[in-house]
Amino acid sequence: MKQQRSEIAIRIEDITKIYGEGRGKVIALQDVSIDIPENEFFTLLGPSGCGKTTLLRLIAGFEHPTKGKIHLYGKDITAYPPYKRKVNTVFQNYALFPHMTVAENIAFGLEMLGKPKKETDETVNEMLTLVKMEDLKNRQISQISGGQQQRVALARALAPKPRVLLLDEPLSALDQKLRKEMQIELKRLQSETGITFVFVTHDQEEALTMSNRIAVLNSGKVLQIGTPREIYKQPSERFVADFIGETNFLKAEILGCANGVASLTLPSGKTVETNVQKGFSPEGTVNIVIRPEHATVVEDPAESLLQGRLINAVYFGTDMRYHIELESGETFTVRIQNNPDDKTSTQFLGTEVCIGLHKNAVQILKD
Amino acid sequence: MFKLLKRKSFRFDIRHQNGFTSIAIICFIFLYTPIFTMMVYAFNQGDSIALWEGFSLRWFVSAWGNEQVKDSALRSLIVAIFASGISTTVATMAAIATTRTKSFRGQNIVYAIINQPLMVPEIVTGVALLIFFALVKTVTGYAGLGFLILAHTAFCIPFAYLPIRARLEGMDLILETAAADLYATPWKTFRLVTFPLLFPGIIAGAMLAFVISLDNVVITELVKSAGQDTLPTYMLGQLRRAITPEINAISTVLLAITVVILTLFYLLNRKSE
Ligand SMILES: Nc1ncnc2c1ncn2[C@@H]1O[C@H](COP(=O)(O)OP(=O)(O)O)[C@@H](O)[C@H]1O
Ligand SMILES: [Mg+2]
Repeated sequence: MKQQRSEIAIRIEDITKIYGEGRGKVIALQDVSIDIPENEFFTLLGPSGCGKTTLLRLIAGFEHPTKGKIHLYGKDITAYPPYKRKVNTVFQNYALFPHMTVAENIAFGLEMLGKPKKETDETVNEMLTLVKMEDLKNRQISQISGGQQQRVALARALAPKPRVLLLDEPLSALDQKLRKEMQIELKRLQSETGITFVFVTHDQEEALTMSNRIAVLNSGKVLQIGTPREIYKQPSERFVADFIGETNFLKAEILGCANGVASLTLPSGKTVETNVQKGFSPEGTVNIVIRPEHATVVEDPAESLLQGRLINAVYFGTDMRYHIELESGETFTVRIQNNPDDKTSTQFLGTEVCIGLHKNAVQILKD
Repeated sequence: MFKLLKRKSFRFDIRHQNGFTSIAIICFIFLYTPIFTMMVYAFNQGDSIALWEGFSLRWFVSAWGNEQVKDSALRSLIVAIFASGISTTVATMAAIATTRTKSFRGQNIVYAIINQPLMVPEIVTGVALLIFFALVKTVTGYAGLGFLILAHTAFCIPFAYLPIRARLEGMDLILETAAADLYATPWKTFRLVTFPLLFPGIIAGAMLAFVISLDNVVITELVKSAGQDTLPTYMLGQLRRAITPEINAISTVLLAITVVILTLFYLLNRKSE
């Protein structure tokens, strides 16, 4: 799937950004390095205040890094002002020019680049079609809805055909339904235009469904970069595992590690084997995570890897969540898909249950 | 300053405070009775400013025919146009410099210097200018209208500055960032984004400066050379002699102009919200 030979669109090289100085200084980003290949839908995911906007502003040129370099297609653009970078931004609150019409907003970047009138008009129409706003071409910005403003902001940023499009939480101001529509819309725009997207969100579900790759940030540091699948199935750190999806945290004892397979002892005393990433050889006591849907309730005690007492069963429509108190005291969640014949399972409350695990369900954390 | 005037909803309604209405009415009576009387007698048939003898427009006609009135009115206009034009330009640059740059040391001192004419007594400014210009006059030999324009410009700057700065502060910096993102150089950003959005503020500032210049007496009286009367100083001069309703007529016209301009200013400020 992954194109090995694709060019690197954006190279973020060892960037540190410190706001202010002395006692009031804030380290917004610390030693951040990311390579984003051409034609990728790349997402920066992290909680509020982790430095996502700062990273986008550095790429766009609105801020200058305290340390480090930014390359656009191999060219060092660190010292370039924003208006010399072939990069456009979709701002969080759109930032459309209120004294211009929809069409004038979209034409702005093209005019600044000195494109001929005819070409500008053609591109504007093309963009209006792309974001399905042909009918509102001559409207004033104050006369269109929030969702429509969002589309205009996208069209305005795409019109100059930037090499990279930066999107700062563009969907956060929209309601749930519109948001889902725009997620699909954005994916379509990215694949139709072939422009590299750097998308910022604090919504893990949005990140998982939309991205080719995700970088998880916390407190100004990149914790993990990978495909949604890698991030979800093989979180490298506790924060990543916790931030994305539901997780069970346990401790385990490593018995040995060879050829990318580690064997370890679970709190129940049972032994399992699991894959580990290349170059990672854990030892001693480690933190492990198990996703609720990678575990199951089994009848046969021989298959059991963990045991506990069922303390709660919650119906979620698509699935059931069983909360089980392990012998070691932790609460463990198992998620099992419902079928058409499912019945209430409350009669089992308080009974002992056996938990089985799918292959490679155990993921060893690095911290 | 202007925001305060426009704030519509107070949590408690001040009109329901006891006694407020009567105090307000008394204030309005004090303020407007003299003006109203003055306006009424502008239309008096007779020569008196106290004895009503019937309606006529003769004093307006007489004022219109008075060469000295025409002369000083024209001078007032010239000075007001130049002074408001120059002071608005300076005020715009000052407002941009004080809101669109990184905050710097001594920023408060800059504000204080710009707003200085609002605080310093007019007579002090007037005397200072008189002495300084006297010096320049002897050195250069120039005694034209330039001094008056310069003096008016100086005290008009803060009045032009305030609405412009208020508007700039209310403008989101993100729009200028967006323009830069879309390949606009700093100059193009100013011309195509900052300036058009700032324009209502600039017009408001210019109109305020115009009105302030138009009715200035103290500084004009001190700075003007012989034969450089503006309308207000001419009227002051006339008052020392026999007073006829002609003065009322001129005042009424001046008042009308001021009211029209201030109404425009108010509407412009409100619309641009
Ligand atoms: N202009 C600024 N001056 C000082 N601190 C800032 C500035 N911008 C952001 N910060 C700080 O840097 C950190 C990262 O902010 P930001 O990049 O906006 O985070 P995010 O977009 O992930 O919510 C925060 O602690 C924030 O308070
Ligand atoms: Mg942000």
